[in-house]
Amino acid sequence: MAALVFADHDNATLNSATRNAITAARQMDGTVHILVAGNGCAAVADEAAKISDVDKVLLCQSDALVNLLPENVAPLLVQLAADYDFVVAPATSNGKNVLPRVAALLDVSQISEISAVVSADTFERPIYAGNANAVVRSSDRKKVITVRATKFAAAVNGDSAAPVDEIAYSNSAGISTFIADKITTGDRPELTTASVVVSGGRGMGSKESFDLLTSLADRLHAAVGASRAAVDAGFAPSDSQVGQTGKVVAPALYVAVGISGAIQHLAGMKDSKMIVAINKDPEAPIFQIADVGFVGDLFEVLPQLTATIEKN
Amino acid sequence: MKVLVAIKRVVDFNVNIRVKSDQSGVDISNVKMSINPFDEVAVEQAVRMKEAGIATEIVIVSVGPEKAAETLRTGLAVGADRAILVQTDVVTEPLAVAKVLRAVIDQEKPSLVLLGKQAIDDDCNQTGQMLAGLLGWAQGTSISGMVTEGEKLKVTREVDEGTQELELSLPAIATVDLRLNDPRHPSLPNIMKAKKKPLDTVTPESLGVDVTPRMTVVKVLSPAQRQAGKKVATVAELAAALKFAMEAH
Repeated sequence: MAALVFADHDNATLNSATRNAITAARQMDGTVHILVAGNGCAAVADEAAKISDVDKVLLCQSDALVNLLPENVAPLLVQLAADYDFVVAPATSNGKNVLPRVAALLDVSQISEISAVVSADTFERPIYAGNANAVVRSSDRKKVITVRATKFAAAVNGDSAAPVDEIAYSNSAGISTFIADKITTGDRPELTTASVVVSGGRGMGSKESFDLLTSLADRLHAAVGASRAAVDAGFAPSDSQVGQTGKVVAPALYVAVGISGAIQHLAGMKDSKMIVAINKDPEAPIFQIADVGFVGDLFEVLPQLTATIEKN
Repeated sequence: MKVLVAIKRVVDFNVNIRVKSDQSGVDISNVKMSINPFDEVAVEQAVRMKEAGIATEIVIVSVGPEKAAETLRTGLAVGADRAILVQTDVVTEPLAVAKVLRAVIDQEKPSLVLLGKQAIDDDCNQTGQMLAGLLGWAQGTSISGMVTEGEKLKVTREVDEGTQELELSLPAIATVDLRLNDPRHPSLPNIMKAKKKPLDTVTPESLGVDVTPRMTVVKVLSPAQRQAGKKVATVAELAAALKFAMEAH
C-alpha cells in the first residue's frame, strides 16, 4: 500500500506546507501519492507532479470540490483511502478542517500535528501548547495524520514529473455553501514560511504603532506576526497571530517586540533558530528564551534600529 | 431551537505543566483545573442565542471523570439550562468523545451543536469535525462570527489567509474560535441557582459507546529547553545581532 497526501492549495498554487507533509509521508511509507481536489486546478497537479518524493498525482475536479468544503471532500478521501495505509495532510486550516472528518468516517483516531515519525505506527506530537511531547502508538489499521510543517523539510522538485491520473467524482453533500473569503493580501513574505519574522504584542499600544514594526520588517524582508493580545486589541489582522491557536512558525530569526511571552505565544515560535526580544519590562518571560534581549522602550528603539540597519 | 454545547475540563491555561519524571505523562495532580477556554466561548455563544430569542434550550455535555461535574456547574451558572455528564475515567480520544456526543445528540435532537475548536491539553482540533462526519452534518470550524437565518447558519471562519464565509444547513456543528465573543463571569446568585439545575450522569456504556483508546501513549517527554541568552545595551549591538542572524541562514 502507500501514503496518500491531501494537497492544500488555492486552486492556482500548491500551499507550501503540503511539501513538508510529503516529506513526513515519505518517512511513513516508501510510496507517496498526492490528491489534488478542486476545480480548474490542473496547474496545481502539475506543480505537485514535479516534486521528487511524489510517485503519482490524483487529480479530481468538480464544482463540488472547490474551496475544499469538508462535507464534499471527505467522502472522496474516504473512498480513495481503501487503497492506502496512510492519509496525510498538512496542519493548515484546510487540513485541520477536512482530515478529522475523514478519520471519523474511516472509524480511526487521528494523530494531529505530528512533529516526528518514530516508526510506521508511532509518532511524536506536541501537547499542552508545546510544553510536552507525546510519543503515541496507533493501533488503527489506517493512519490519519496531520503534519506540523515547521518540523519537516519541504520536499523539493526532482528531474522528472510523476504521472497525473484524473479521477471522476462529483458528489456534493449539498449542506454547505461557500459564500466569500477575505484574504489578507500583502507583498510581504508569507508568515509560516518566512525566514525572518517580526512580531508585535500588546506593548505596541496601537494599530498606528504597528507601522514602526512594518518599517523594520521591510528592512529585514520579514513577515509580520502578532500576539493574540495585539490581534484582540485590533492592532493586527487575526491571520497574523502566532501561537498555540494561531500559526506556528520556526524562522531563522524571530524578533518579538512588546510581547511578554505567554505560554500560548511561545508555543508558536519557540523553535525559531534565533529569538530577539525587545521589551521595556526586564522581567518579561520572553527574555528567558531569547538569545538576544534588549530592555528598552520600543518607541525609541524601533526607529533607531530601523535607521541603523538601513545604514548598513 | 435547541442548542447543545460540549465542554471539557482541562488544566487551567495559566498553569505551567510538568512532565512526570517517569515519562508516563503530564502531572495533573493538585493543579488548577478549569473549563477549556474555547468551550467557555461556546457556552457564552449559546447563552447569547437564548437571550436573543433564537435558542429555546441549552444543554451542556461533558465527557470525563466525576469532577467534570464542577465544570458543567460553571456552564449552568453562565446560563445553560441542563447538563449531562458522561462519566468515564478512561482518557478519551476525540473519536470516542465524538461517538458519545453522537449518542447524546440522537436522544436530544438539537439543531445546533457548539464546541471549542480545540482543547488546550491535547491540542487535537478534531472532535467537532469528527462529530459532523459521524452525523453527516455540515461543519463550520474555527468560527469568529455566526448568524442564524431560518434553517441556515451563516458562519465566518478564521482561516490561514484571513476569513471565509460559509452558509450551512441546520442541523450543523460549529467549533468556536476565541474571537467569537468575550465570555461573561457567572455571578454569585447564578452560581447558587446553578446548583439546583438538572445534571444527569450517564456512562458511555449506557449510551452503547465503546471509548477504548486506539492509541497508546508510549512516553511523554519534556521539550528541549531554550536558555536565556545575553542582554545587549545598545541599539548598535542589537542591529549587529540581527545582521548576524540574517547572514547565518
